[in-house]
Amino acid sequence: MSPSGTPISAADVAKVARLARLDIDEANVVHFTEQLAKVMGHFSDIDALDLSGVGPMTQPFPLVNVLREDVEQPCLDTDEVLNAAPSSDQRRFRVPPIIGLDD
Amino acid sequence: MATIPTTASGIAAAIASKQITAREVIDSYLAQITARETDIHAFNLVTADAARAHADAIDADIAAGRPIGPLAGVPIAIKDNLCTHGVETTCSSKILEGWKPPYDATVVSRLRDAGAIMVGKTNLDEFAMGSSTENSAFGPTRNPLDTSRVPGGSSGGSAAAVAAGFAPVSLGSDTGGSIRQPAAMCGVVGVKPTYGLVSRYGLCAYASSLDQVGPFATTVADAALITEAIAGHDAMDSTSIPQPAPALVASVSQGVAGMRIGRVTDLPAGAEPEVIARLNEAFAALEAAGATIVDITLPSLSYALTAYYLIAPAEASSNLARYDGVRYGLRVNAVDTNSMYGATRAAGFGDEVKRRIMLGTYALSAGYYDAYYGKALKVRRLIAEDFERAYAQVDVILTPTSPVVAFPFGDKVDDPMAMYLCDIYTIPTNLAGHPAMSVPFGTGAHGMPVGIQVLAPALGEAPMFRVGGALENAAGGAK
Amino acid sequence: MTQDPLSSIIATSEQMLEGGWELIVGLEVHVELATKTKLFSGSPNHFGDEPNTNIDPVTLGLPGALPVLNKQAVELAMRIGVALNCSIQPCIFHRKNYFYPDMPKAYQISQYDIPLNIDGFLVLPSGTRIGVERAHLEEDTGKSTHVGGATGRIHGSDYSLIDFNRAGVPLVEIVSRPDIRTSEHAKEYVAELRAILEVIGASDAKMEEGSMRVDANVSVHKPGTMFGTRCEIKNVNSIRALGRAIDYEARRQIDVLDSGGTIRQETRHWDDAEGRTHTLRVKEDADDYRYFPEPDLVPLAPSAEWVQAVRDNLPMLPAARRTALSALTGYDTQSEAVIVVVERGQHDYVQAVVDAGGDAVRALIYVQQGFADAGPVPAVPAADLAKLTVLERDAKLSATQAKTVLAELVEHGGGDAAAIAAAKGFEAMDTSAVEAMVDEAIAADPGAWAKYMAGDEKASGAIVGRVMKASQGKADGKIVTAIMQSRRG
Repeated sequence: MSPSGTPISAADVAKVARLARLDIDEANVVHFTEQLAKVMGHFSDIDALDLSGVGPMTQPFPLVNVLREDVEQPCLDTDEVLNAAPSSDQRRFRVPPIIGLDD
Repeated sequence: MATIPTTASGIAAAIASKQITAREVIDSYLAQITARETDIHAFNLVTADAARAHADAIDADIAAGRPIGPLAGVPIAIKDNLCTHGVETTCSSKILEGWKPPYDATVVSRLRDAGAIMVGKTNLDEFAMGSSTENSAFGPTRNPLDTSRVPGGSSGGSAAAVAAGFAPVSLGSDTGGSIRQPAAMCGVVGVKPTYGLVSRYGLCAYASSLDQVGPFATTVADAALITEAIAGHDAMDSTSIPQPAPALVASVSQGVAGMRIGRVTDLPAGAEPEVIARLNEAFAALEAAGATIVDITLPSLSYALTAYYLIAPAEASSNLARYDGVRYGLRVNAVDTNSMYGATRAAGFGDEVKRRIMLGTYALSAGYYDAYYGKALKVRRLIAEDFERAYAQVDVILTPTSPVVAFPFGDKVDDPMAMYLCDIYTIPTNLAGHPAMSVPFGTGAHGMPVGIQVLAPALGEAPMFRVGGALENAAGGAK
Repeated sequence: MTQDPLSSIIATSEQMLEGGWELIVGLEVHVELATKTKLFSGSPNHFGDEPNTNIDPVTLGLPGALPVLNKQAVELAMRIGVALNCSIQPCIFHRKNYFYPDMPKAYQISQYDIPLNIDGFLVLPSGTRIGVERAHLEEDTGKSTHVGGATGRIHGSDYSLIDFNRAGVPLVEIVSRPDIRTSEHAKEYVAELRAILEVIGASDAKMEEGSMRVDANVSVHKPGTMFGTRCEIKNVNSIRALGRAIDYEARRQIDVLDSGGTIRQETRHWDDAEGRTHTLRVKEDADDYRYFPEPDLVPLAPSAEWVQAVRDNLPMLPAARRTALSALTGYDTQSEAVIVVVERGQHDYVQAVVDAGGDAVRALIYVQQGFADAGPVPAVPAADLAKLTVLERDAKLSATQAKTVLAELVEHGGGDAAAIAAAKGFEAMDTSAVEAMVDEAIAADPGAWAKYMAGDEKASGAIVGRVMKASQGKADGKIVTAIMQSRRG
């Protein structure tokens, strides 16, 4: 199911995998497409519902204005945190060159 | 040495009154772990040395006459998606393998403050995504009642730990049934509190608007005791309800006389006949105990599965984006950062996690939001409104916890939809944000336990525990 | 309220670019709020500390960490909203999902379709009203340093290092409507906005340090036609650079269009050294931030009382200060002296000089000319400056002498103007003595006087010069001129 009524395609799955930064080879794209199409096939049940006038529910418990005072709290230990990092250098987190990313 | 009590409340009382030492208790439970853990694999990590040291410290406090917490010396197993400072927390995922959090989850620090002793971190479906614990990157947990069968999931390790006597109580997390369903399959009590009653701070998020931490126990009273210990406002969680923890243990023995129990006449089909038989017996038992059974309808309930499997993966796709190989966890090296992301996440996540991330990304992506995520949020409201109407007529609602009893390994692992259907009765409460619990009530096919689910309105934990207590009493007579 | 391009503000004829093109500019200004802690957690919001020291589980996006909104950040955002004449409305937060190593959670908590402040405006000192579409709260990212490679820039670097101290710092993004028609107005908008932000204490608004960042959406079109495709210009680090970048970009777009080309929607980078913009990245349909309501936060709905308190406690804004200073001095609100003195925050000082008995006009001019680096509260006591203005007004000192005394006051942080003048031998010259000197000068240079009498104003210079020489600079030039005019009749 999709808004146009066509099932999720391999191209959709490949695009979504790119957006989610999941390297998936072609064989697996086909495999995942079959599984997701089957799952999403069940989701067409809600198309029959009349949802006009129904507001979206984003919070299960209605709270509003949860605020904290602007008061400093203790920080984490830099060494403890950097020791848990895959790579660090000069007390910073180190990553490979940043290319191929949005600005 | 005195006999070790089997309940958390019994243990706490015996230690506080110096009938036994905390060290004796912890050694006894660690011995049970040593005896059976190889068969069960409830734990990703057993923290035996730290547990003994903690027990010794409590014994020293008692000996010195220093004050101790209400759960002093009570062993507890912690689901491995709750952060524990300096103790490996993996979410049963390769992407977090070896990660030692620099902080404690609020529930973990509250339990420690109360004197409970952590015995280990329990196995789960990777990032709590699954209904059988087969999706753990570190191998499945086996059902202590029949090791050829799954313990349910995602908190299968926490359910199995209690069922196998590795700890009298444990903590799990429940996003669509991940406490109640394995509790039912392992024959123990499991509670999902009202959304916001228990802090989520330090719970590695699966689906933020659905996740809730709750206990497993062998008795309803112990489940109430642990709920009391972990509940109450936490300023670190914006969705935490600003109220102190309710008193719940007293409710367990209050009985159900005069209570109105809802029976859903349009319950989605698919439950095994034995499960339906136990449900009917449960209604009869409660009626016999003085409750009134009221027929109600929840017409939107059948759409809950769809709403859930759009909302939860959508939130998950965002919540799990932080596992990017930059600050912690796994990194697969690559020539540039973008390639590193793709390689790391491909290697670090299992298939079910990948499926849900892709499903959720799709549901949120440009052009599809309204058709999927937006629509699911509206269905969510319909379901909540159904419950609101129902709770105008009844105090609690009774349903099966799971449509099926614990199934053999591999039964559903290649059929995601069949697996998702295991959550059909547990999911609606998560969508509504309401509390629910599973109470063991006899057995079904293959002699495996059946759980009956008690649903209550938001902050309706007290009536829920009343009915839970009554079911527990009646279960002695169940088949 | 969306902009209808066909009924939009039209540039005046002198604002139009050559060839009949009209410039359309909208500005997106990010300002770091002057809070003690981060937007959603308690680690310090402090610039310049050792890397990765101002960090907590929320800042680092650790598993299990949850955001809790900083009340003071909301307060400051509301001040901005009130100062920019916005409506403050109940709002929610959204997640903007994208991967980048300085974005710890791989999503930014921001506001999307229901922001805190909407539909405001800012009136430029020159009188033009620029619409403000929204001013919303969001969190800042960490900072990347690119190491290795020839240029030290992102392209060609060997690796990058990330410091998360800035991650989670509260930002307000102020989005103008595309109402700006000249680069001068763009500069004026940013200068006025900066002055407002400083006055209300919302931000130190330093473009050089990055606590105020300006992106310009620039397009050109022919009036009466739809807006052209716009380009977003980034890396504009000063007000001057903003004007240059807009002028360059407009010229570039016109050249492309005039030669039959089309403008691509893209993000362009301003290179201040080269004086040009170049493509940073092309906007693609694939930009898909998958916005959805942030489930870890609850709605924000400031009470009417809170909004009113913010309104009541707002200090006087630059525009009102200009009006007040104008009323005090008789100078126009758009005069440079008024604009400059208000921009420096010295309007209260001018008022204090007047309150101490000083002459308003001279106080304004002295402050404008002598206190460029003195800050809002100059060291010279207002009463000391007041005395000097009176000495000049009463012709006890010439303008030239007064300037010298002012320099002494500034240098010593105050002093008795009369005593300084006396020490310098700046005696008061009475008018009769000056009159005698004027007559002597006329007698000494009858040719110049004749020319002056015939209407040649320039010829007065020779006479004035003689009087000044004779008086050793003590005569007031204005008085000399006045005497000459009375002699001419």
